[in-house]
Amino acid sequence: MVDVLVHEMVPTHEILGEKEVEELLDRFNVTTVQLPIILDTDPAIKGLEARIGDVVKITRSSPDVGTSFAFRVVTEL
Amino acid sequence: MIATPRKIKALKFGLLSPAHIRKISEARIVTADTYDEDGYPFDGGLMDPRLGVVDPGLKCKTCGSRVGDCPGHFGHIELARPVLHIGYAKLVYKILRSLCGECSRIKLADDTLERYRLRLRRARATGQQFDKIVDELFKTARTTKICPHCGVDTSEIKFDKPSAYIEVSKDGSKTRLSATDVRERLEKVPDSDAEILGFDTDVSRPEWMELTVLPVPPVTARPSITLESGERSEDDLTHKLVDIIRINQRLNENIEAGAPHLIIEDLWELLQYHITTYFNNEVAGVPPARHRSGRPLKTLTQRLKGKEGRFRSNLSGKRVNFSARTVVSPDPNIEINEVGVPDAIAREMTVATRVNERNIEHLKKLVARGPDNYPGANYVERSDGRRISLKRIQNPEEVLDKIEPGWIIHRHLTDGDIVLFNRQPSLHRMSIMAHEVKVLPYKTFRLNLCVCPPYNADFDGDEMNMHVIQGEEAIAEAKILMRVQEQILSPRFGGPIIGGIHDHITGAYLLTKKGSLFTKKEVATLLYLVGYDGEFPEPTIVDGKELYDGKSIFSLFLPKDMNLSYKAKICKKCEECVEEKCPDDGFVAIKNGRLISGVVDEKAFGAFAGEMLDHIVKDYGTDEARKFLNTLTRVALFAIMKYGFSTGIDDEDLPTEAGERIEEILDSAEEKVQELVGAFETGVLEHLPGRSLEETLEMRIMQALSEARDKTGSVAGEYLGMKNSAVMMAKTGARGSMLNLTQMAACVGQQAVRGERISRGYVGRTLPHFKLGERGAKAKGFVRSSYKRGQDPLEYFFHAMGGREGLVDTAVRTSQSGYMQRRLINALQDLKIEYDNTVRGSDGRIVEVTYGGDGADPSRTDWGHIVNVKKIVDRVVRSRT
Repeated sequence: MVDVLVHEMVPTHEILGEKEVEELLDRFNVTTVQLPIILDTDPAIKGLEARIGDVVKITRSSPDVGTSFAFRVVTEL
Repeated sequence: MIATPRKIKALKFGLLSPAHIRKISEARIVTADTYDEDGYPFDGGLMDPRLGVVDPGLKCKTCGSRVGDCPGHFGHIELARPVLHIGYAKLVYKILRSLCGECSRIKLADDTLERYRLRLRRARATGQQFDKIVDELFKTARTTKICPHCGVDTSEIKFDKPSAYIEVSKDGSKTRLSATDVRERLEKVPDSDAEILGFDTDVSRPEWMELTVLPVPPVTARPSITLESGERSEDDLTHKLVDIIRINQRLNENIEAGAPHLIIEDLWELLQYHITTYFNNEVAGVPPARHRSGRPLKTLTQRLKGKEGRFRSNLSGKRVNFSARTVVSPDPNIEINEVGVPDAIAREMTVATRVNERNIEHLKKLVARGPDNYPGANYVERSDGRRISLKRIQNPEEVLDKIEPGWIIHRHLTDGDIVLFNRQPSLHRMSIMAHEVKVLPYKTFRLNLCVCPPYNADFDGDEMNMHVIQGEEAIAEAKILMRVQEQILSPRFGGPIIGGIHDHITGAYLLTKKGSLFTKKEVATLLYLVGYDGEFPEPTIVDGKELYDGKSIFSLFLPKDMNLSYKAKICKKCEECVEEKCPDDGFVAIKNGRLISGVVDEKAFGAFAGEMLDHIVKDYGTDEARKFLNTLTRVALFAIMKYGFSTGIDDEDLPTEAGERIEEILDSAEEKVQELVGAFETGVLEHLPGRSLEETLEMRIMQALSEARDKTGSVAGEYLGMKNSAVMMAKTGARGSMLNLTQMAACVGQQAVRGERISRGYVGRTLPHFKLGERGAKAKGFVRSSYKRGQDPLEYFFHAMGGREGLVDTAVRTSQSGYMQRRLINALQDLKIEYDNTVRGSDGRIVEVTYGGDGADPSRTDWGHIVNVKKIVDRVVRSRT
């Protein structure tokens, strides 16, 4: 199987630690329910060994926008 | 009885249970008739007085209220046999397939069921959608053959649309499941299993999808209308209910009389049909129930569904007060911020103004003028809220003396009032903008030509809407956020969407092109016309006469410290740019507010393209930009009128020599096509990568012919210089393109259908005028002539084919993109950027952490880019020197 994470078009995905998640939720004053979701079947997630409920940080970069972040909660279906 | 308002704690949706239907019912309906000969409703009939009142003056038998206060009351019909609710036909099928026919349990092992139960509960608790989970369960359960609970080898169930289920046993014999059978199976499903099927068992049970009792809606929901002739005409729903009761009665009688099975089955089927069409008269596979006149009945689903349905027509969209609609026409003399309002409309539309010490005298004067003398008033509202119409009042003096602070005067619309102006389709935010009223004679709305692009308006009969804003906060908000000048920059591409069009562009070009000189008298007239208040420009001496250069006149209207350079629209894109020394004046340079070189064309202040305008809005603000546009368009129109400008068919006249050269080019192109065809037929043509030989040939031919057409175009261009009006318009970007001119003057070119040369028609050829399998230019839709010269019949026909495709495409595209836009807007409408810069939905769920990843407002960007480094460097360098 091809590891999609290596492809240059796929942004970096990383699992946030417990403390980081707490900080994140605190920063935006939200619960995990209010964060966007990513399916556990997502090809970008598979290689990460993420568990349901983990928060994944996605780092994208583009010439116009620069570096931007997204946070998604791993969810089954 | 007046209900006390109470706060809603929660809403729960469920199915109506038979017990509940009977509970809310005020009357059991048994008679199919509505009124007797005397016009009184039957008790137990469909117009039973207990179901509410529709006749004025009568009191409701149930609640005692009169028309308007009585909300109406439900009745019910006891069905002789259960009948499927057609809205749940598909769901019932899915459930039946996952149930064991014997024990009515879900055909899944207990541990699997528990897993699903857990997932469902979690999804419910977190407010996520659980229909996907249930769908997954249906999928796995229906593939199970042996029931894990009772061990029975279950048989397959087929759905015979629209409302029948057929059980196929292992020996292949088919038996139809009656609604009673289905209901029995659903009844046996234990609550614990129903939960896993997605039911909230407190409010819904699966068997309730098979109706045993039918609720009868109140008469207020299906009022009968009395025609002029005194005849009563019943609502479509009533008609349908009559049918249902009639068949239900017959079915009942037949069952009681012990009629043969076949007759009962037939009646039952008929009852199913009537109840199906009662719910939805557009079910696939069911012939729609029709009115005596042949019109299909409008039943429950039809009342709610679609554009004319209750939701889109009455709940999402409503009619409004304080609005006007009429035809629009242009007025180049009003400002871009203004809208010309017909006096007749200004007289009708009012602004509610509260009386205070400072405006009392003014408002009293308006009231004294009354509703018919233009700046007047139509209504006064006393402090206690009572409205007095000035149209009906006899002597206004009486009211006049009573007016005191606190009253509200509904005064006529006057110059300077802020209104919202709108043209459908409202596709982007610039489709509704705030304008200042300017009351004008005649009957059309007048608008400045610069605001045509954002509204996408023209004057071939377009109508627009106006809404008068009521309330100080709303007026302030509209003025700050929605005024035309605040919308010059489009959030779509970060450049101006409001700007000069057509003659503005031509005029500005004529003004600023090389050798454009004006006399002192002309300049004085022009400057007076635009209200210029300042120094006269420096004159240039030509042949001893004092004349004024167009560029220096233009420079008067630029900010004094403006510096900018860009390539004009007329720039020929030479390999090496000599910038200010450009022989065609194609390089625009502004230094310290003076136009040094270049012409002012579409790239300067045109909508969608204006670099100069863009620079002014972004660096000097919207006020400055508005003034710039207002004066520049007037100056441009002055110039075009001074020169005189027109275009006609003779603008496409070419000298004989040009015609000969064009013929030559086309001849050699057709020869080339023949060569290619020859090469193809003898097999010497070489493949293009990834293409078949035939495709290669077609591509090469298309290429050769389009090249030829372009060549004829440039030949025509050589003979038609910038002195030609049509060329001038095309090159400056005012209207039309060089391609349009090529087609008019030189050669129309290849006609295409579906991106290919025209190939269909007769077998092996397009028309019988050609040989079978002919592949030449002419045989496949190449139009050699120009529009001016005219087409021969074959060319004309091919052109019509290509033209038709264009028309069909636009028709299809608009409907498709319209629906796509509707779906997008529905999904995005309540997203909002919060104070912490996150993009969130109305429930606080985060969509984006920063809007667009960088938090940038696209309308404030430089054509979509956040920074324009060159601009900044230029500015810094200039400030240092």
